[in-house]
Amino acid sequence: MQEKVIRTQGIYPEFPRKGPSPAPSATHYCPGCGHGVIHKLIAEALADANLQDRTIVISPVGCAVFAYYYFDAGNIQVAHGRAPAVATGVSRATDQIVLAYQGDGDLASIGLNETLQAANRGEKICVFFVNNTVYGMTGGQMAPTTLVGEKTVTCPDGRDPLTQGYPLHMCELISSLKAPVFVERVSVSDIAHIRKARAAIRKAIDIQREGKGYCFIEVLSPCPTNLGKASATDNVKWINEQMEKEFPLGNFRDLTATAETIVRPASDFSKDTLDRLFHLDELAETAQDNDASFRPVQVKIAGFGGQGVLSLGTMLSQAAQLAGKQTSWYPSYGPEQRGGTSNCSVHISTQPIGSPVVYNPDLLVAMNRPSLEKFKHDVRPGGVIMYDAIMGEVDIPEGVKGVAVPAQQLADEAGNERGANTIMFGVMLALGITGLPESAFKDALAAAFAKKPKLIPINVAVLDHAARWVRENVR
Amino acid sequence: MEIDRTKPYPLINALECKSCGRCVVACPKGVLSIGKQLNPRGYRAVVYAGTGCIGCASCFYTCPEPYALEIHIPKK
Repeated sequence: MQEKVIRTQGIYPEFPRKGPSPAPSATHYCPGCGHGVIHKLIAEALADANLQDRTIVISPVGCAVFAYYYFDAGNIQVAHGRAPAVATGVSRATDQIVLAYQGDGDLASIGLNETLQAANRGEKICVFFVNNTVYGMTGGQMAPTTLVGEKTVTCPDGRDPLTQGYPLHMCELISSLKAPVFVERVSVSDIAHIRKARAAIRKAIDIQREGKGYCFIEVLSPCPTNLGKASATDNVKWINEQMEKEFPLGNFRDLTATAETIVRPASDFSKDTLDRLFHLDELAETAQDNDASFRPVQVKIAGFGGQGVLSLGTMLSQAAQLAGKQTSWYPSYGPEQRGGTSNCSVHISTQPIGSPVVYNPDLLVAMNRPSLEKFKHDVRPGGVIMYDAIMGEVDIPEGVKGVAVPAQQLADEAGNERGANTIMFGVMLALGITGLPESAFKDALAAAFAKKPKLIPINVAVLDHAARWVRENVR
Repeated sequence: MEIDRTKPYPLINALECKSCGRCVVACPKGVLSIGKQLNPRGYRAVVYAGTGCIGCASCFYTCPEPYALEIHIPKK
């Protein structure tokens, strides 16, 4: 005899979790748990709409952490509460349908921020929020949605608003935002409610298929294990009579008739675009220098903000780049006020640079005394400290060469009172510490002042003046 | 117990039933009940009375297990 068979669709035939099981196609959920009911409704909707191959389901942390063993679709399991954040990433980076599946602790407690921000951005995702008023996996603790007076292991006398506040109403919160397209609260307490839930879930999936935007489906669901109800009937009664009173069912938002398919501009992370964004396309191509005899150089430059500390670092890094070297520039502003101390670290090498941090510089440029005192003991033996002569008497660690540069005075002499850092740049060049050619220094100056070409010759004059000073004063 | 296969009937996978009782509550005809036999996993699996099913699938949709229950409806 020919038969029509109503059976589960869209769920894997077996759930091979931990070794052999006497019932490999039984879920890990407790008897009577609402998760399985909801899984079946979502999976059936995906299968009926032929969407399994273009859907990613995000599993949460909580009892449904293993949802990926069940949904025959794409699956990702994410950190606690972060489903909407990961869903956002997947949705923005691909054209897949993205479903986030979360419980009340995951969504309304640890992940509340992600939940509201994703809803507020109107992400093209559907969030299924399974609300059973309790933390299940961890053993029945109070959840954000625990009812007033409801007993849990962490509120054994019942939730008291005076100390634990009131249940959080997620549909109401979400529907206070402008962007969400469809917000509905349903229940899977009994079969009449399940049929309504089924319709809402299918509608939300349909909205995702059309790419119309953010959907939020809250499902009131039984937790027979932690709510301590004696029978299936008691669970039904409790949801219908207690939970529904606090969390009224119904639709809170339905803009499907007017909402249009969201089309966001495609992300462009191509090298050409990034080069353009960072003005790298304006740089001349330089041949990569693979000279094995080049000794890597590490430089630390420190001083007050406004002394050109960071820009001296970028100029040096750029000179290295123009000379075909590998280089990194790494600023450290610290939490200080503007005008406080700052520093930057520069690596110059012919080899790829692993970490941009400089612990033991070959060269320390200290533009003020606090910087000198802070970093002078880090300088490698045989290294050099260039410091502003204005500091007067200073102690330089043994085995390190100190060069007192009257930077401000030299800059004034060269006709650029703001050129103290360029003086240091010139001294660096003349001392030959960096191993970079003069042309690279001058090209880097030109690049640094490319937007103010008038300043290029002035700064080249400062550079030359510094080099002259070194020849005449430093042995 | 013989199942009348000329009418709609539920097919119960006793091994996967956890005896939660949701289907018993959901069945409008009262033809499902908690069985007396323990299944190999220690649950008293639900049993069908053998006749009286109308194929409404209420038990199927209320059952939390994907494969513990399916509904067969003969085509006329």
